[in-house]
Amino acid sequence: MSTTQIQVEAEVHHDDHHDHHQSFIRKYIFSEDHKTIAKQFLITGIFWALIGGAMSVLFRLQLGFPDMDLSILKPILGKWLTANGKIDSEFYLALVTMHGTIMVFFVLTAGLSGTFSNFLIPLQVGARDMASGFMNMLSYWFFFVSGVIMFVSIFIETGPASGGWTIYPPLSALPEAMSGSGLGMTLWLVSMVFFIVSTLLGGINYITTVINLRTEGMSFARLPLTIWAFLVTAILGLLSFPVLFSAALLLVFDRSFGTSFYLSDIYIAGEALPNIGGSPILFQHLFWFLGHPEVYIVLLPALGITSEIISTNSRKPIFGYKAMIGSILGIAFLSFIVWAHHMFITGMNPFLGSIFMFLTLIIAVPSAVKVFNYITTLWRGNIVFTPAMLFSIGLVSFFISGGLTGLFLGNSAIDINVHDTYFVVAHFHIVMGSASFFGMLAGVYHWFPKMFGRMLDEKLGYIHFWISFIGIYMVFFPLHYIGLAGFPRRYYSFTNFDAFGGFTDLNMMVSIAAIITFSAQFIFLFNFFYSMWRGRKAPANPWRSNTLEWTTPINPGHGNWPGEIPTVHRWPYDYSKPGAKEDFIPQNIPLSETPESNLPEEH
Amino acid sequence: MAVQVASTQNTPILRVDPKKFTLWLFIVSIVMIFASMTSAYVVKRSDGNWLNFDLPEAFLYTTFIIVLSSATMQWAYLSAKKDAISNLNIGLVITLILSIAFLIGQFYSWSQLVGRDVYFVGNAAGSFIYVLTGLHGFHLISGIIFLIIVLISALNYKVHSKKMLLIEMCSTYWHFLGGLWVYLYLFLSLYN
Repeated sequence: MSTTQIQVEAEVHHDDHHDHHQSFIRKYIFSEDHKTIAKQFLITGIFWALIGGAMSVLFRLQLGFPDMDLSILKPILGKWLTANGKIDSEFYLALVTMHGTIMVFFVLTAGLSGTFSNFLIPLQVGARDMASGFMNMLSYWFFFVSGVIMFVSIFIETGPASGGWTIYPPLSALPEAMSGSGLGMTLWLVSMVFFIVSTLLGGINYITTVINLRTEGMSFARLPLTIWAFLVTAILGLLSFPVLFSAALLLVFDRSFGTSFYLSDIYIAGEALPNIGGSPILFQHLFWFLGHPEVYIVLLPALGITSEIISTNSRKPIFGYKAMIGSILGIAFLSFIVWAHHMFITGMNPFLGSIFMFLTLIIAVPSAVKVFNYITTLWRGNIVFTPAMLFSIGLVSFFISGGLTGLFLGNSAIDINVHDTYFVVAHFHIVMGSASFFGMLAGVYHWFPKMFGRMLDEKLGYIHFWISFIGIYMVFFPLHYIGLAGFPRRYYSFTNFDAFGGFTDLNMMVSIAAIITFSAQFIFLFNFFYSMWRGRKAPANPWRSNTLEWTTPINPGHGNWPGEIPTVHRWPYDYSKPGAKEDFIPQNIPLSETPESNLPEEH
Repeated sequence: MAVQVASTQNTPILRVDPKKFTLWLFIVSIVMIFASMTSAYVVKRSDGNWLNFDLPEAFLYTTFIIVLSSATMQWAYLSAKKDAISNLNIGLVITLILSIAFLIGQFYSWSQLVGRDVYFVGNAAGSFIYVLTGLHGFHLISGIIFLIIVLISALNYKVHSKKMLLIEMCSTYWHFLGGLWVYLYLFLSLYN
């Protein structure tokens, strides 16, 4: 009974909204419409991506041109520049820490999941809005507050958190350890608590919506792979972010109340600290229990978006739909039992290490299934090279080349050698960073017409793609060599070591490539904001796609469909079905209307 | 009219109320917090350097109180189902009193710990007990707020056999919080 009552309320509520106009604040700021919230996440994500990217350019300048005089940046960096115009070494650590935190959490978690789960889940499953619009709004505003706190921490006198994005104690636990472990670290922790709340509110909403608010006929076997990916991502977040909360809470107690969860036998300036009996390894266990699933929280939505775009633009059904779902579930399950592969050198029992190594290497199987299915979907397709398609293919390329180095790193014997070197940096920047980033860009290019009712400029898209694609390989491929040579990550300077003198030119090239790649993003930025107002008007279904979002009006209002929600009669990948009049049959077309193309079991 | 439209054309495939479902997911996230905390406890304990001490006796009484409050909650819920409004109100009020008694008992257990020279700051074995009871108490306070909301609606005759959603959710959450404490108590007794 109660179910029907809720449905009714939702229905009546939305019907109200079609006519009267909401106030500016309710419509654009404190909006409960999933489409507006998605755009808020997207714009905030872009803002953070620019800051995170600019930070990487700064530390690449230091690595590529260690003697460069950066006095020109004095107005921005102020005291963080030394007297001879170089980046302060403590600030360098702050830069890499903030770059990691911003990119992993703010851009690729909130910016990616927040944007596309919010935007696509109701539109593709056929719902008026999220299960709870209010919780959804809260989710964004918690993220916003979290961002404000992190942003403020960049400007405080002692600098932002500097102990790396993994904030290992005791470095992060002792304000005496480095200047960034003072107020900066406190703000980092406060900001992350808000972020965790935001992620949980969002994730709970995504799961509830996918499971409970699907339209008639939208069975699990007819869900687009995007939705499968978002659902599993949200489940991963729900299970792993509370663990980060636990880790952070105990760290707060150690930092501010003097407990000894992570601290033991520490001497500072010859004085012993009172903390006894703690274990810093405990923090690593807790952190990586979140940290590893987090990798897939970042990657899975991008893979889901890619599945959708590759199938649409190859004009072919996705190859192995069920295998794709199976591998998403397989990756998600395995992601919870491999965390200790980040800890091979913590003095772990080698036998335990070999178990984690074995489990880690098994992830190669579902990942390879996904890659195989992408390539077989492309195989002999009528490929339409839209910018979104190029970015999706770029993602597949990154997923392969970055995934291969994962096999090496997953082996504890090799990992002991290359742990914490640039080899690791190269690996995860390609397979997780760039791949997810490309997934996000692919999604923006593909769904921009639905978001803003206008098309992005294709030519600028192609330029953006090729510079980014080549640029990213130019940046990260050489880092493998530097890493194999043994250069550790997070080091301020390598010119003091004779062994690395031969890599000066290579580092210079990497830095130049990084600057070019970063600059290319401004092409996208221009395209994005220009097209939002001045772009070509979008047709109703620009990519001739099957999924439900293209059955809404070009600029869908609050409630998405002006009339009834369409009913779903088929899976989302009926592209180039033999006998069909067109090369696509949207999900809402009944089988009775397409007798010419129905398979024997569909009659 | 709207009722017809909603119930005939927009049939969701799985019929769980979204709000109830949301509550279950919320509970999952709380389970993960306590699962990670108790796992951390086990890992830390196996690490050595562990202080052994007796758990406060107060825990036994508070466990009894919270189990009893689950029973009164269930009684209130069943009364609402039968439209026995006065029983419902009595049940909710008793649950509320028991829950506050539980919190006072937990607080008293802390002073028993201090009496045994087990402090929040010190060996992790002691710190963990404070963190686990504190976190549970914090969640229990959220449960009490929920309980008060239900009680106010019940006093306004807004909880009855045709309007069970609120009290259903509240009793689910309440039984969860009770079960959680029983788990923590057994865990701490076994792994002390």
